This record gives sequence, C-alpha cells and structure tokens, in this order.
Amino acid sequence: MGATLIEKIVRKNTGLAEAKAGDIVTVNVDRVMIHDIFIPFVADKFEEMGFSKIWDPDKAVLIYDHLVPASQVDDTRHFRRGDEFAAKYGMKNVHHSDGICHQLMTEAGYVKPGNIVFGTDSHTTTYGCVGAFSTGIGYTEMASILGTGKLWIRVPETIRVNINGTLPSNVTSKDIILTLIGDLGADGATYKSLEFAGDTVKNMSVASRMTISNMAIEAGAKCGLFSPDEKTAEYCEIELTDEERDLYGDEDAVYSRVINYRAEDFVPVMACPSQVDKINPVSSLEGTEIDQVFLGSCTNGRLEDLQAAAEILKGKQVAPFVKLIVTPASRKIYRQALEDGTLKILSEAGAMITHPGCGLCCGRAGGILTDGERVVATNNRNFLGRMGTSKVEIFLASPKTAAACAVAGKIVMPEL
Amino acid sequence: MEKFTGKVWLLGDDIDTDIIIPTEYLALKTVEDMKPYAFSPLRPELAGQIQPGDIIVAGKNFGCGSSREQAPEVIKALGVRAVIAKSYARIFFRNSINNGLLLIENEELHDAVSEGDTVEVTVGESVVCNGTSYPISSLPENLLDILNAGGLVKAMRRLNGLED
Amino acid sequence: MGMTIAEKIVARAAKVDSVKAGDIHTVELDRLLSNDGTTHLTIDMYNNLKDPHIADVSKLVWIVDHNVPSDSPKTAASQKKMRDFAKANGITFYEGKGVCHQIMMENHVVPGELIFGADSHTCAYGALGAFGTGVGCTDYLYGMVTGHSWVLVPETLRFNLTGKLPEGSTARDLILTIIGRIGANGANYKAMEFVGDGMKSLSMSDRISICNLCVEAGAKTALMEVDEIAMDYLKEHGREPKACFKSDEDAVFAAEYDVDLSEIVPIVAKPHFVDNVVPAKESLGVRIDEAFLGSCNNGRLEDLRLGASIIKGKKVAPHVRFLVVPASNAVYQAALEEGILDIFMEAGAIVMNANCSVCWGSCQGVIGEGEVLISTGTRNFKGRAGHKDSFVYLGSAATVTASAIKGEICTADLL
Repeated sequence: MGATLIEKIVRKNTGLAEAKAGDIVTVNVDRVMIHDIFIPFVADKFEEMGFSKIWDPDKAVLIYDHLVPASQVDDTRHFRRGDEFAAKYGMKNVHHSDGICHQLMTEAGYVKPGNIVFGTDSHTTTYGCVGAFSTGIGYTEMASILGTGKLWIRVPETIRVNINGTLPSNVTSKDIILTLIGDLGADGATYKSLEFAGDTVKNMSVASRMTISNMAIEAGAKCGLFSPDEKTAEYCEIELTDEERDLYGDEDAVYSRVINYRAEDFVPVMACPSQVDKINPVSSLEGTEIDQVFLGSCTNGRLEDLQAAAEILKGKQVAPFVKLIVTPASRKIYRQALEDGTLKILSEAGAMITHPGCGLCCGRAGGILTDGERVVATNNRNFLGRMGTSKVEIFLASPKTAAACAVAGKIVMPEL
Repeated sequence: MEKFTGKVWLLGDDIDTDIIIPTEYLALKTVEDMKPYAFSPLRPELAGQIQPGDIIVAGKNFGCGSSREQAPEVIKALGVRAVIAKSYARIFFRNSINNGLLLIENEELHDAVSEGDTVEVTVGESVVCNGTSYPISSLPENLLDILNAGGLVKAMRRLNGLED
Repeated sequence: MGMTIAEKIVARAAKVDSVKAGDIHTVELDRLLSNDGTTHLTIDMYNNLKDPHIADVSKLVWIVDHNVPSDSPKTAASQKKMRDFAKANGITFYEGKGVCHQIMMENHVVPGELIFGADSHTCAYGALGAFGTGVGCTDYLYGMVTGHSWVLVPETLRFNLTGKLPEGSTARDLILTIIGRIGANGANYKAMEFVGDGMKSLSMSDRISICNLCVEAGAKTALMEVDEIAMDYLKEHGREPKACFKSDEDAVFAAEYDVDLSEIVPIVAKPHFVDNVVPAKESLGVRIDEAFLGSCNNGRLEDLRLGASIIKGKKVAPHVRFLVVPASNAVYQAALEEGILDIFMEAGAIVMNANCSVCWGSCQGVIGEGEVLISTGTRNFKGRAGHKDSFVYLGSAATVTASAIKGEICTADLL
C-alpha cells in the first residue's frame, strides 16, 4: 500500500516504516522557529521547566518581525529578552530586522525538503512549499522542544488537491488557495494534511507555492505540502537526494478526500469580511469603494508579488485619498525589488514602502484602520478587528487584484 | 468522575484567536494584564461579565487562527471552567491541553442551550442541560497524561527531576 | 528707520509701509499648514462654529505625516476625520508623502510669505525667506476661517556667519552650538536671522536644518536672505518668489552674534533638553540601543548621503536598531536611485517610508524603559521617543551613523 507525502516524511524522520495516518508518534525536530512576540514566554517556560541547555542551539532560529519597528513602549523588552536568552543558551541564528519569519526560514536556507519543523506561529505551515512538514505550536510546547528536541504528533489524514491546466493570466496562487478554503470551509481540513499535485502546481514557482502552504492553516490544516522538485532544489540551493525525490504522495495511498481542479476554471476571488472562507469572485464585488490597500505579508510580500503589482501600477497613480502600503517580506526581497526598479515604480505610483516585517498583517501598526473603512489586503487573515476596530472591513486578495483596486480606488478585476 | 456546574456564555462559529485576544494586547507583560481585552472585538463587555466557574459554549472551529497561547491562557485566567464547542482548531486544542484548560467537544449542545443557562458537566461522560443529557467523549491517553500532570510545564519539570 | 526681514514680511502681510518690533498687527496669511498631530481638534472646533466656512481654501495645505502608517484605531480615526474633511472641502492634501515641512519646502513655500503652521517647526521656511511660525489649533482655526490673524512683530537676533564648516561638522552641529550658546529660551518671541559670508557654503538642506531647529531656542521664526542658492532651489521646484527681503543697514537688532563656522565641532545634545549640548567627543562611549537618521531636520538626501558614505561596507552593531527614514517620497526616490537606500539595507538598517517616525516617537521605533536613542530628530525631551524613563541624544547625520556602527556614541572620524 502506498503512502501519502506526510506519511513518507514521518517515516523518514522516525524510522517507523509503517507509520500511517492516525498514529501518534514522537518526531525528531529538525528546526524550530520562534518569533519576537512569543520569545519572552518561551524563555520563561523553558526555564520554569528546568532545562539548562537547548538540545541543539543551531537548530533554533529566533526572528524579530512582528514588532519591527517597535510601536509600543514595551515592545523592545521582547528584543532584550530574546537577545539575552539567545546569548545565554548559545543560539546564533538570530534575525533582528531581516523580514518575516516564514520568509526567512526558507529563504535563508533553514528548511530543507523532508524536514520536520515547528514554529510559534500558525503560518509555519508555509515551509510545506519545499516539501517540509511544518506547523504551528504554542510557546509551552516550543519550550519543551528546545529542551528535548522531540514532539509528539498525530500523523494526519491527507486531503489531496490536484490542479491541472493553465491559470488565466489575472489569477495567481492566492486565488487558488482562497478558492480552496472557500470550498473546504475554515475548518474543512482541521487536523489534516493538504497535499498539492498536478501540472499547474509543477509549473508554479516556489514563491507561489509558498502562498498556498502559508494559507493551508486557514482551512484548519496541519500542513500544506508540495513535493520537492527541480524548482525546489534550485530555490534551496541543493541537489535532491533519492530519498527527497521520493517525497510525493503515492497514487495508491489512502486519502480522506481527493479534490480535482481545472486551472482554467479559477477566477480572481476575495475573502470577504470577516471570514477567510467567505469567498466571492471579484467580479461580484466590483465598485465597492475602498480606503486602503496593503501589499505584503508572508502570504504575498515576495518579489513576484511586488513585480505583479508594479506591472499594474507602472505609470499610474494610486487613487486620490486611497493609501497603498507596501511591506516587502524580507530584506533580501526589498533589495531585489530595489535593484530591479520595482520599488521605484511603486513609490512613484504613490505607495508607502515600509521596512520588511509583519506590518499591518499582524495588526499592531503599519496602517491600522478605523470604523467604516475598507481595506483590500494580500495577507492571510481578515478576522474581526485584525487591522483595527471591529467595524473595519478586510477583503483578502491577490497582489494583482490589490494593485488594480489601488489604482481604481474601489474593487475591480485585474485585467486579463 | 469529576463533576461540576456552570453558567453558560454562548458564542458562535469560528471564534478566532484574534477575537479571543487581539494582537494589539499580545505583548502586555502578563496574561492578567490581557484579561480585560478578551473577546473585545466581538463582545467588549464579556471579559468583565465572566465569573470564575462559568462555561463557554461555542459553535464549530473554536480557536481558529494564530498559535498564540495567550488565547487559552486568557480564557483560563478569566476563570472559565471549561469550553464546550462543536469543534476546535488544532493549535488551540494543543495549547489548551498544555495549559490545563478543559475542552469538551459536543455537536448538539450549542443549538439547545441559551446564554445564562446552567449546565452540569461530568468529565468524560456527559453534559446535562435543561434536563437533557448529551454524551461527551474522553481524551486520548497521551493527552490525559499531560492534563493529569497539570500541564506540559509540570510534565517537563518532572522529566527534569524537579517534581515527583 | 530700517526694518529687519521679519519686520518687512509682517509689513507686507499687514499691508502697511513699516512696522517695528513690539507692534501688534493684523495680517493676511499667505498659507496655512496643518498635520495629523492636531487637525482633528481643529475640525472639531470648526464644526462647532456658528457659521463655519473657509476664507480661502487654496491657502490650506494638510499633511498626514506624524503616525504613518497608522498604528492604532485612534490614530486612524483622527486621520480619517482629516482626510474626509479635506476631500469634502477641496483642501490640498498629502498622506504618506513625507514630513510636512519637507513637503512644504519642496512644493509650497515662497519667499516673502507669512505662513502659519500648526506645528512648532514651521520656522523651517525661513530657509526660503518666508516667515513661518508655529501656532496652536485655535489660532489655526481663526486663520482658516478669516484668512487673517494678528502678529506681535518679533525682535530679531542676528547671526553673522563667517568661514566654512570644517570636514566632519554639519549645519546641525552649527545650530546645536548656537542653541547651546543662547539657551532653550534665548530667542523667545524673537526672530533668528542668519546672514554673512558663511551662508555661501550652506546648501538649502543645511539651511532648512538650521531654521527648523530655531524653535528649540524659543524662536518665533527663523529667516535667511534669498540668495542664488535659494533661487536655484525655487527654480528647480518650479516656483517664483513673492518678495525677497534683506534687513536694512539701519535695522534694529535685539542682539548680534558672530559665528565662525570653522570653529564648529560635532555636537550632541544630551538628555533631556536641546540646549544641553556638549562636543560629541565628551559623550563618547555611551551605549546606545537605537539610532535614528531622518526627520524634517535631517532626513534629506544630503543627510542620507552623508550617512551612507560612512556606513558603506560596514554593519550596524548587532544590538542596535538603526532607523533610516527619508523626509519625503522625493527624497526616498532620489536616495533609491543613487543607491543610498541599498547601502543602508545592506548594512542592516531599518529603512522606513517617509514620515516623522521616532522623532515624533509614538508609533515607529519607540524605545523602551532605560533605552538610549541617538537621533537626528528635533527634540530630546524626556519620554519623547517612547518610555518615560528613556534617553535621547541629538547628533548630526554623521555622528548618528557612526554611533549606529559602533554601538555607542561615536564620531565619524573615530570609526
């Protein structure tokens, strides 16, 4: 009997050749990620638990992103506590202002195909883009991993999503994952692994796959996995081993559900306020006035996202009285976008370009809104109150849709 | 089996972690400091109304969203004895167990109960509401071990020989 | 009797032949700037008027720059009030385009004008020979509704500049030196006028930096003559002067000071007052947590260029957060083109969108308890940049950048 991708990753990790969905197993953790908001809590719990050393300090990565730049007087306490903890326990992988944790974990080479990775953030599912099993946990469990290097998991069942064909030119991978979340519901994949396959997926950049893996959590999924291929190898700057090449879901594996999409059927969509699974075609929302557009986040703040927006904004201006806030996902992306002229185009169109970080997506600064305002945003959540008061309406969309809306000052379709 | 009663606060489907405790307040120094802001985007007055021993009854996908452990912690800090929901998001579920917050899964109760009702819970067996008994299941063993240890911190302290 | 520049501008605005210091005159305002620090309050008062109207909407310029992008629902609400009002009334409006005074200099200020700004650093406009002064929102409202206001004609302190700034010293060190010399209230109610041969070596950017900071000596306004350098700047930005004034030979000055630019050394203003100045070399070694290069005082291309020349090929100290914030989008784009932004990004700095940032201290780069910031911003008052128990040192773009690299207060020559 065949195995799903997640089953193969767990087998490789644990040596349990028969591990299958439903089993509770203890895995050896390849890498952990802790971000600034939770580091003080992780540090306190770690010490409260009585550990005196980190199981493998090189496997732990500490990233400051939610609070960069600091917007409240107590924020920098997190940096101080983090620096102190890292120094005390010999953690060398500390990023103070290099961008969003999930972007850095893959971009800086911390995650490789087949790895098992945990992070103190729900969007840790992102690393599925390179064929790693990664998922979010709380700070207490993170503290226990730092001490032991292990964590128990229940091997999840898998929903297989096959996508074949060519996407329309105004559709991006964001539209795919939003559509899927709408079809599954916000809890439609709870406890499950989402496994993506098909030629559309094969032709997709790792950056586009990242958008899909990142938002798998919004359907409740434990992870969102892609099989490593040549694109992955190039992105990770590695040669794939035979074992890594074998990381795909077998045709005869047991899937709890198989969903098939034709790429040609996708249209630009939006998640409407205030549920991520409240998906509507952009065409049905056209004409809705907006106040702000946010282009950024670990979901859609990568170079290809900024480039797609710049292509639409080139030579145009953001609509009067509408704000466009651009927050690249990492320092590297910022510099690439600077180098290739993308930032110049965006700035000339009237965008405010901030330093890489979580920015508005995490709702602490970066363009908070107030009662009665509407924002079109490329990030991953539109929960009530996420970007200001509970009377702010958040529409989640692709970078192409977002850019088109910024020019129009209202919701419009990106051109084909 | 442990038995208790509590007054019900009724919430809907998809109560996300940003509703339970908004990001704006996540970096406050202690969970005690965060308490007044629990559920504030949805019901700003709720945190002040909940009394120790009360029970939250909610719809499906309770706790969806972020990995913030402050979510179960703040609910526990408000004195909530248990949450009874149709279903839970997984990170929230793990975080609750690790912090010793009792989560009960039941499909039917939510549609039968009204806010302010008193329900009686027998852990691992049933919830009784307005004369009707709704069966509830027990947790898997590995989770019970953590719960019984008093949460993951205590379990790890035991591992490190700091507690019996 | 002759008149000073300040007196001439007031006379022009009062439509009289001559005025003298100490007179009170009703004047017609040429321009009125307001930003998101207080505009929401002005709007509230406006809406409570019996007969609310705007005298001349073309004179109003409203700029959202203080908390950009917005950091809280409260900020967002006050900015929305401002945006909605500007939209409804056709007021010239900028949001997220840069710090108000920089935008005013780039796009609006004209020599000879009398300008009210609901912001204390409005005195910056003297760099273009305009009388800019900061007012509260009640004064602002009166001006907005009537087009007029009253002005007590200020006495003038005249500073005769000679020589050239030595390598390593900047215009900011010069003005900090002057503020230290006359004290934080040394120019209260007065105008500060800068003239002399020394002006020739000061760029527009230098001049804006000097005038901008005069309010920290209590000045009502700062003024300079409109020379070739100022005319070139105006021309470059597509504007013509209304009137170019010089003080008369027999004008009366409250005091005159001679300042030899060649004697200026790098200065820092220590916590918690702008006049608490010492040579930077006397503050060496103070460990810093954050450094800030930006603001209407020192966030122009020349300042960023200077910082970049120092940090190129070097790194920000690991424990330091180095915020680099261009004063306007025009500055951002020019710095981007010149490769300056990339130098800062490569060095590990935090490069933000054009705005007031930590100079205003309420939303971006806020510092925590006990932390130390060295800043090119305008003020180092207690708590200005964050926690009430934190410390702000003011220094030049060069000193701030050098300190960011070293992780402690340091001058560029000691790197």
